Amino acid sequence: MSFTRGGVSAKDALLVLQDASFFLGEGFGSDRTTIGELVFNTSMTGYQEAMTDPSYAGQVLTFAYPLLGNYGINEEDNESQRIHVKAMVCREVTSFYSHYKARSSLDEWMKTQDIPGIHRVDTRAIVRRVRESGVVPCAVARRDPSQSVEDQVRALQSTITKYRYSEIDFVREVSVPEKKKHVVQNAKKHVAFIDCGGKTSMLQELLLRGMNVTVYPYQTSAEEIMRDRVDGLLFSNGPGDPTMMKKTVATAKQLLAEKPLFGICLGNQVLALALGAKTFKLTFGHRGSNHAVRNLETQRLFITSQNHGFAVTDLPSDVLPLYENCNDGTNEGLRHKTLPIFSCQFHPEGHVGPKDSNELFDEFVKSL
Amino acid sequence: MKKTVPKNVLVIGSGPIVIGQAAEFDYSGTQCCKALKEEGVRIILVNSNPATIQTDFEFADKIYIEPLTKETLTRVIEKEKPEAMIATMAGQTGLNLAIELKEVLKKHGITLLGTSIETIQLAEDREQFQALMKRIKEPVPPSQRCTSLEQARGALKKLGLPLIIRPDFTLGGTGSGIVHRDEEFEPAVLRALELSATRSALIERSLEGLAEFEYEVIRDAEDNCITICNMENLDAMGVHTGESMVVAPSQTLTDKEYHFLRASAIKIVRALGVRGACNIQFALNQKNGEYWIIEVNPRTSRSSALASKATGYPIARVATKIALGYSLHEIENRMTGQSAAFEPSLDYVVLKIPKWPFDKLRAQRGLGTQMKSTGEVMAIERSFEACLHKAMHSLEMQVKTDFRFDDEKTINEWLQPNELRLLAIQELLSTRRMSVSEIAKRTMIHPWFIERIERVARMENELKRLKADEPGMALMHRAKQDGFSDQDISRLSGLSTSSIRFFRNQHHMTPVFKMVDTCSAEFPAKTPYYYSSYDALDESQILVKKKRRKIAILGSGPIRIGQGIEFDYCSVHAVLALKEKGFETLIINNNPETVSTDFDIADKLYFEPLTTENVLHVLQRDPVEGVLVQFGGQTAVNLALPLHENGINVLGTSISDIDASQNRKRFKNVMQRLRIPTVESGTAFTREEAVGIARGISYPLLVRPSYVLGGRAMEIVYDESQLLDVVDEALFVSGNYAILMDRFLEDAIEVDVDALADGTHTKLAGIMEQIEEAGVHSGDSSCVLPTVRISKEAMKKIRRFTIDICRSFHILGLVNIQMAVKGDAVYVLEVNPRASRTIPFLSKATGIPLAKIAASIQVGGKLTEYFKDFDRELIPPKGYYAVKAPVFPFRKFADVDPVLSPEMKSTGEVMGVAPTFEEAFLKAMSAAGHSFGPTVYIGSCGKWRKALVNAFREAGIRVLPAWSPEEALTHLRNGEISFIIDGIRSRSNARSDSALRREAVQRGLPVLTSAYLALQLARSMRVVRSPFSLVSLNALHD
Repeated sequence: MSFTRGGVSAKDALLVLQDASFFLGEGFGSDRTTIGELVFNTSMTGYQEAMTDPSYAGQVLTFAYPLLGNYGINEEDNESQRIHVKAMVCREVTSFYSHYKARSSLDEWMKTQDIPGIHRVDTRAIVRRVRESGVVPCAVARRDPSQSVEDQVRALQSTITKYRYSEIDFVREVSVPEKKKHVVQNAKKHVAFIDCGGKTSMLQELLLRGMNVTVYPYQTSAEEIMRDRVDGLLFSNGPGDPTMMKKTVATAKQLLAEKPLFGICLGNQVLALALGAKTFKLTFGHRGSNHAVRNLETQRLFITSQNHGFAVTDLPSDVLPLYENCNDGTNEGLRHKTLPIFSCQFHPEGHVGPKDSNELFDEFVKSL
Repeated sequence: MKKTVPKNVLVIGSGPIVIGQAAEFDYSGTQCCKALKEEGVRIILVNSNPATIQTDFEFADKIYIEPLTKETLTRVIEKEKPEAMIATMAGQTGLNLAIELKEVLKKHGITLLGTSIETIQLAEDREQFQALMKRIKEPVPPSQRCTSLEQARGALKKLGLPLIIRPDFTLGGTGSGIVHRDEEFEPAVLRALELSATRSALIERSLEGLAEFEYEVIRDAEDNCITICNMENLDAMGVHTGESMVVAPSQTLTDKEYHFLRASAIKIVRALGVRGACNIQFALNQKNGEYWIIEVNPRTSRSSALASKATGYPIARVATKIALGYSLHEIENRMTGQSAAFEPSLDYVVLKIPKWPFDKLRAQRGLGTQMKSTGEVMAIERSFEACLHKAMHSLEMQVKTDFRFDDEKTINEWLQPNELRLLAIQELLSTRRMSVSEIAKRTMIHPWFIERIERVARMENELKRLKADEPGMALMHRAKQDGFSDQDISRLSGLSTSSIRFFRNQHHMTPVFKMVDTCSAEFPAKTPYYYSSYDALDESQILVKKKRRKIAILGSGPIRIGQGIEFDYCSVHAVLALKEKGFETLIINNNPETVSTDFDIADKLYFEPLTTENVLHVLQRDPVEGVLVQFGGQTAVNLALPLHENGINVLGTSISDIDASQNRKRFKNVMQRLRIPTVESGTAFTREEAVGIARGISYPLLVRPSYVLGGRAMEIVYDESQLLDVVDEALFVSGNYAILMDRFLEDAIEVDVDALADGTHTKLAGIMEQIEEAGVHSGDSSCVLPTVRISKEAMKKIRRFTIDICRSFHILGLVNIQMAVKGDAVYVLEVNPRASRTIPFLSKATGIPLAKIAASIQVGGKLTEYFKDFDRELIPPKGYYAVKAPVFPFRKFADVDPVLSPEMKSTGEVMGVAPTFEEAFLKAMSAAGHSFGPTVYIGSCGKWRKALVNAFREAGIRVLPAWSPEEALTHLRNGEISFIIDGIRSRSNARSDSALRREAVQRGLPVLTSAYLALQLARSMRVVRSPFSLVSLNALHD
């Protein structure tokens, strides 16, 4: 890392967007070049959780909050085995960290996992850009001193153009390779956790409630799951476009009338498609810890943690909207009129963010 | 949900500015009034403080400037018959009154809007609160309530030291303290019991040294509950949160920690049943994650004002709507046009630093659990270092501290909480005397912050190596990004500020302005609220409306002794007046507590330090036709010349005329030419010169340094030995400038004159007679309008002098002139070409919005639009009298002599209006919190003794024997004395020991140190026998 503490280091890194607009900043973490979809998150804490959230697979994550790395990286707050963002963009990453649980700095951690970062760029300008023209493919690279900035930007731009973000099956990259059973003492029930890129804390919520949980690869068939005698299924969060999840949707469809089903985030979209609803891509998605949703049954408000680029629409007549986003009115969850099926677009497990809607896990457990 | 919006609501204000309760309650109260108005509610407002925006007719319908007592409010309730009352916008004063009025409200069927009395009592009563916390399994430090020393001893045994002792029901932590040693315990308990309204105190395990965090929470009647902001105190537990540097959002919490504290806050607010705003303070052990609930305030507060300004989320407005029955999602977030049901996200750092009065009050500098600061500044930036610099620049500190760390003991002293600790830490790091971790350990400040300060220290060392021929682009740019001002860089490098400026401009190194929008740019924002940053994208020009004439108004910065809320009042009026005239207005200010920095007062709000550099940056990005400097006190006036020199059009009285009024020599020449008497005077640079000049003028003399605010280090001396006692300090404070020596007019009456002028006409806005004898700072004296003791002849002179002065100095707008009257003789003491601290009082007493008229004149308006008669000064209508009285912070400073002098010490003021002078006077005394019981002790008072004794006897007050000060102290402690008169100074009477006066103040007894004031009190008590009349401003001015 090019921190000369208190001193000044050179602008040695580039963030280039598809249209060749670029930001010159300072590099940290790995020095390799990477390409991904540029998104932003407005949470003020939780960089470790966000970066290890598999839903961010394939994305270059810009943090709107300007100071990152303050409390370092610890061993408890990972949401999966590794970093899933392709690169990180922020205004200032600090090399100095201090927290009783911290084991390394953000920079060291990213270096170890070969993930590049760029800081000392105007992140507010980047957020505005994404807000106004939507998520966009981009590249993060170290400056090549042998080339002029213009030449390097042009070269990177042509690499970005070759990149087909919408065609990549990110879920394949983040789902478990084979099923894995988690056993608790005196288990009350057995839940199937369909791993579309699920977060550790989501799994923890079930274990905490005395559930045995089997985590399945996302393309597992309904028959195999039924053979394991599960009491209900949770379709997890995950990255990318739900319409690419054909096999998972088919599994869900087969099980609609069989078992209690609960979907979170991408899992919500999978259930929606299985029930006959549609999904569409949002301009710049919902990514933050401060999104208010309203429960349409009770009219209660919840501040929720969100991380999604697609939303559900056109619910069939036997499905009712359960939650609504207070800002843009998009659907945030659904409930089947007769079957024990419900889901939410936000993250009731928090991490990043609040757990105000945590009772949804209780409701699911009760339905089993 | 059904909204039952009441037709009329009684809103309580918080009274005068005192330490622990400042302008933040005019801010929340005004926001509350605006929110009520939108619903068509008729507002009845009671506040004793005339310098408040909420007591203007734009914001309330029926206004009483009356003492905030149970009696007054009961009578207002009986007369106005409101359907409902709001008490949660007026700090502890409001809550205490709500509790006192419980039965009255019940009797008249009045609803208390928002949080209920039961919830308030539950949150205020620590035992009930702790029981509730235990029920919901939230951790509270072990404690015991005591009402006697006996019980306290038991608690000491059970809990062990260190302990914190908190009296119940007091403002801003008055009387609370931490006890480390056995021998400190009993005196601390006795003092706490004494100060508590209920004579009870809580003895609690001390959490000193843990980290302190706050959450601002809002809950509506449907149990929807959100947090607006979390804040981290830099200073560890043991320093009152009002005394601590505070950063928002928290910097050192992980997401898990942030959210378990947040979840706890929400759980508590729900359990309490708060309806509206609530503040919760936590202590966190950052070595193991253990936390404790410290305190809950179920109302708007200083912290909620800070949180509102830090996030852009208008907490008081939303709390008011909730009180009316709205649920969060039905309320609009006017910044984004979306609902108020969301939690703000910040993409910047906010830092608050308190402003302390140690330059005015010679008090112990240590900080602790008791508040001593009078105000605060807030800074917004994208990095901590830049934020820190901005806050420091906003404080306008003039300290030249040479830190000498001779030994371990001195170092240790500097590392204890004090107002200069930050600078001491920087110095220790800069000289590598101590490491980050060592300082963190000894100050108990989180190492992350210390490391940031170390970065600043390192950058300072780099800047010392800057070269004139090649300043270094990258280094300079980083220095600016880190918040160093041109002046800082100049001080460190030796380069001139103009060359640094030239270099920067050459390289286009100027800041952009970023928007505060509640949502980190996630949604398009509608409200223009900006801060500067050395970053890429400028947002200040994004929302350009249709082209209008544009004017900037400079605010007055932090509230301090000598420059209080009055100047914020004037700034707001200037903005409103120009908006009414169709101008686009910008305001630049850095005080988070005030109305002027509410985002919907001016068309654009720039939250910036009030320095030449910062103001110029704003005006370069956002050019204006002119700048108003007359309303923001001396802070703004001081910027007039440098702005003018940089090509900015400063409106109002010209720079040259401002200088002529401030420069002693030019001023004297003008006075001579106008044949206006001034007192003989001279200037001196040394002791010897001073003695020589004193002999020439003759004693008594007023000695003071040049260029200081509020009479700092100002003294009256009666002979040469006294002169020699004070001259050294005056010379020291004066620095490179001469000290000023004026003949002091003994037993004269000072007169404060405010006038408006437009170049053609002069309107005498008010001639206020000070009640105390000359020699008391005008800000510390009571005054009456109209005058009562000034002769006809003297009045004629005052009028002529004012008109002549306005003409000669080409005054445009407001001017304040201080005069002294002795018999028919009138002397002019000083001329201040700006709005003065008496403008709000005068505006309320006469019903004429003087600051608004002044602002209109400065943009081309004429006095003839407002006045027909230019012969007479304004006075209250219908033969009424208005009296202004100051309030003092002595109770917070047990070591300061509560005596009136030429040095200003008051923090705020109140007003009394009545058909007679005597009644108006007593009302003002009552509003200032004095209650005069049946016995008076008249102590040291020289030649005045006989007159005073007679006067109080005639008033039916028992005059106690002429005990020695030591005897009097014993009688005081026995509770035999109701109030004292002591320490009156005159030629024959050197000032007596302060022990008696200090102790009386600590016991809440009135202490009068002015003969004229005491005589007026006796006269008033003799004449006024019936209860006060109830006077609304409506009835006065209809």
